[in-house]
Amino acid sequence: MRVLLRNPKREIDVPAPTTVGRLLRDLEVVPESVLVIRNDTLVTHDAPLADGDVVEIRPVISGGAT
Amino acid sequence: MIDIRRHNAAFCGDCFSHHCREQVRRAIADFGMIEAGERVLVAVSGGKDSLGLWHLLRELGYDADGLYVGLGIGEYSGESARYAREFAHEHGWKLLEVDLPATFGFDVPDGSRAARRAPCSACGLSKRHVFNQAAIDHGYDVIATGHNLDDEAAVLFGNVLHWDAGYLGRQHPVLPAAPGFARKVKPLVRLGERELAAYCVLHAIDYIVEECPMAAGNRHIGYKEALNAIEERSPGSKAAFMFGFLDRAHARFAADAEEERADLRACSQCGAPTPGDVCAFCRLRARATGAPIPVRAAGEKHR
Repeated sequence: MRVLLRNPKREIDVPAPTTVGRLLRDLEVVPESVLVIRNDTLVTHDAPLADGDVVEIRPVISGGAT
Repeated sequence: MIDIRRHNAAFCGDCFSHHCREQVRRAIADFGMIEAGERVLVAVSGGKDSLGLWHLLRELGYDADGLYVGLGIGEYSGESARYAREFAHEHGWKLLEVDLPATFGFDVPDGSRAARRAPCSACGLSKRHVFNQAAIDHGYDVIATGHNLDDEAAVLFGNVLHWDAGYLGRQHPVLPAAPGFARKVKPLVRLGERELAAYCVLHAIDYIVEECPMAAGNRHIGYKEALNAIEERSPGSKAAFMFGFLDRAHARFAADAEEERADLRACSQCGAPTPGDVCAFCRLRARATGAPIPVRAAGEKHR
């Protein structure tokens, strides 16, 4: 299963099946800090992830305050 | 589609859009941000918050135009401007643009170096000055910025850590209009960063995801990470912190902030309100460019 990460932009391969929540825990990503997009669709933390899925873990924290 | 733990809810697309609109509508109503018929100038950066805000305000029926400020931060500024322009063009909405280097002769890296300030400090000072001046010059009633719940909670966290009473007094979703100042409002204050990002994905709003290279490692990102760790263990903490402050503590600090605003006069260089003879932006510009600053004639606008 392809997982796209950002900052810096990179791609990793992760064994499937799994769930969004488990994937974030395995990658040590704080769920509140990201959106997870599976095959171009937003998914919740309990969503299943299967072989062949393309998953983007998109960071949402923006820097600097005005 | 998306779960928001602090609301103990998961939403489908339509309900989530409704949720976002309702949170903005409620923030505007609760804090008296925008009156019917007022013209709104949205500070647009090409990021998820400002583009999402502009979209939400228009969905709610507000007469909202955008202002993009080019900060001269290399390729990043070029990219963010492209997102802002494409969004405006796609929707047929008016986007004003001010380019810091072209108009004022310096960019954020110059300003940061010359004044020995952190880049985010020089950036914020410059943007606040330009937004305010543009609103005054073009007759907008309100400036709306894309500060969201996470931004405000992080700023509050920093202000409390340092017990900065002046900043605590000024931290509010509405900064009222004053002589030389347009009203400034933060309609996204009830929405978190995840929600704004999700709103943009849901509505196919293309925004710049990459972070500003000059913001990497700054204090506010650290504060956000700390607050997110607390939020993971105790959902709703950020909202409780922010709205608890506004409900029960802000008034104790507000009097000091009012006094500071009352002691302002016109900058001798540009006419903007300032406690001293020359405003902080003109001082920054002078240091960054090393050139004398021409005095504006009465009624003359920035080019």
